[in-house]
Amino acid sequence: MIKLEELAGQCGEWLRGSGPDSDIVVSSRIRLARNLADFTFMRKCTGLDRASIERTLRERLGRIKQWNTVSFLDVNSLDEVDRQFLVERQLISRELADADGSRGVLVDANEQFSVMINEEDHLRIQVMNSGLDLMGAWERINRIDDMIEKHVTYAFHERLGYLTACPTNVGTGMRVSVMLHMPALVLTRHLERVFRSLQRISLAVRGLYGEGSQAMGDFYQISNQITLGKSEEELIAQVSEVAQTLIEYERKARNFLVENGLKELHDRVSRAYGLLCTAQTISSEETMALLSSVRMGVNLGLIQDVEIPTVNKLFIHTQPAHLQKISGTALSTADRNIERASYLQRHLGRQAHDESAENN
Amino acid sequence: MKCDRCDKQATFHITERVGEQEHWEERHLCENCARDYLSKPSEADIQSSLASALAQHLKIGQTAEELAKLDQQTCPMCGISFLEFRSHGRLGCPHDYLCFEPQLMPLIENIHGEKVHTGKRPRRIAKGLDQQTQLIRLRKEMQQAVQKEDYERASQLRDEIRELEGDA
Repeated sequence: MIKLEELAGQCGEWLRGSGPDSDIVVSSRIRLARNLADFTFMRKCTGLDRASIERTLRERLGRIKQWNTVSFLDVNSLDEVDRQFLVERQLISRELADADGSRGVLVDANEQFSVMINEEDHLRIQVMNSGLDLMGAWERINRIDDMIEKHVTYAFHERLGYLTACPTNVGTGMRVSVMLHMPALVLTRHLERVFRSLQRISLAVRGLYGEGSQAMGDFYQISNQITLGKSEEELIAQVSEVAQTLIEYERKARNFLVENGLKELHDRVSRAYGLLCTAQTISSEETMALLSSVRMGVNLGLIQDVEIPTVNKLFIHTQPAHLQKISGTALSTADRNIERASYLQRHLGRQAHDESAENN
Repeated sequence: MKCDRCDKQATFHITERVGEQEHWEERHLCENCARDYLSKPSEADIQSSLASALAQHLKIGQTAEELAKLDQQTCPMCGISFLEFRSHGRLGCPHDYLCFEPQLMPLIENIHGEKVHTGKRPRRIAKGLDQQTQLIRLRKEMQQAVQKEDYERASQLRDEIRELEGDA
């Protein structure tokens, strides 16, 4: 059984900052929407039905032998901070966190996959890989889907494919997403090229992360809009292709910044780093913006004393619920800002180095 | 050009394609509004494009009277009315895809630009959707039998469910 306190201390496989193009692509994610054939969709489920779906799935999926490191978390009985914690970690959706009634999530110990129960569909399977690795994610999720299918009967239609509560997901039930870090495109105000490159195919671009709904840290997520009429491989190829284009744009923008003002760029990322190492109180928003600069600085070799996995981790660990789980107590916004600054100091700069030197 | 949402100069010109057909939505936004727009949760957007596609489709060739009649139509399996689906964008059960098929198919085509699934298929398919939806009915009956403490009937129904699921 996973303890959330233990999770808080470690970090998911997908944050390790490796894999193809991981300087720009943080993670590749695939989710599949599936429903059981013998229950109504969530909208027409009574409380009893919800409980019965959860019980059935827990019991049947508990039979999967390969899943000995998979734990079930009863989301309905978690308090708000714990639910928010799982959202920040991207193990569950905001919808699942905010819903009512029986619901839960199966989480693998390395956080490489999770299976939400009673979200918009009975099952939402998700796999996350580090870097641009959609085919790897597809192979894994396809295997997981096969394993689950041995124990349940999915709602499936000969012509329409997997049946989902919302017709926008029918067919493959698949959403393929790539999360990209594009600070140079934002800085050079070329982000609109991103949209132009998306005109030819139906893809969605979204901002990501943050306390509010605001796009922060220059992270953007692209994903397929349609789910019917194309095979899983075709949908993946489409998203991959656009991701490649965006990577190319971002690299060009970074080169431009290096060639036309290396001093300014170096100054900018160094100041960001300095602030993060020395601030005594800092908001989530400011942290995101500064970490984004630092992340680019590390990738361009302008900052040497911190590594990408650490920066990736800090984006998640400095969010509100994480700070509260790590410090073990509920914190007001003002207290969080102080705790955040102290957490950053412990993990960046001189203090962090001294500590690791002592440990060695 | 001014931003669609405020008085600032629009610097972002976003063209989003809805479905595969030549259906475009243009937005002209300043940097701040563009960021705000981009950070909106995607489901809300999908929801709004679904609602607009649905509204568009229903406007064509239907009188108010016909529309009202359509809204009253309900699924015998889960009891959802077409109106309820139309207002929330979520279906009630797999059988809705059959009983609302004439209304849903043009909508699905509008969203996806296609109407036939070509991807993965489950290895174990319950024998046709008709029989799958029988499962929902059987399960309901089984629940009722259990409530009435008619365990003999309940176990009979359980066997029927197992058979349909191909669990043997």
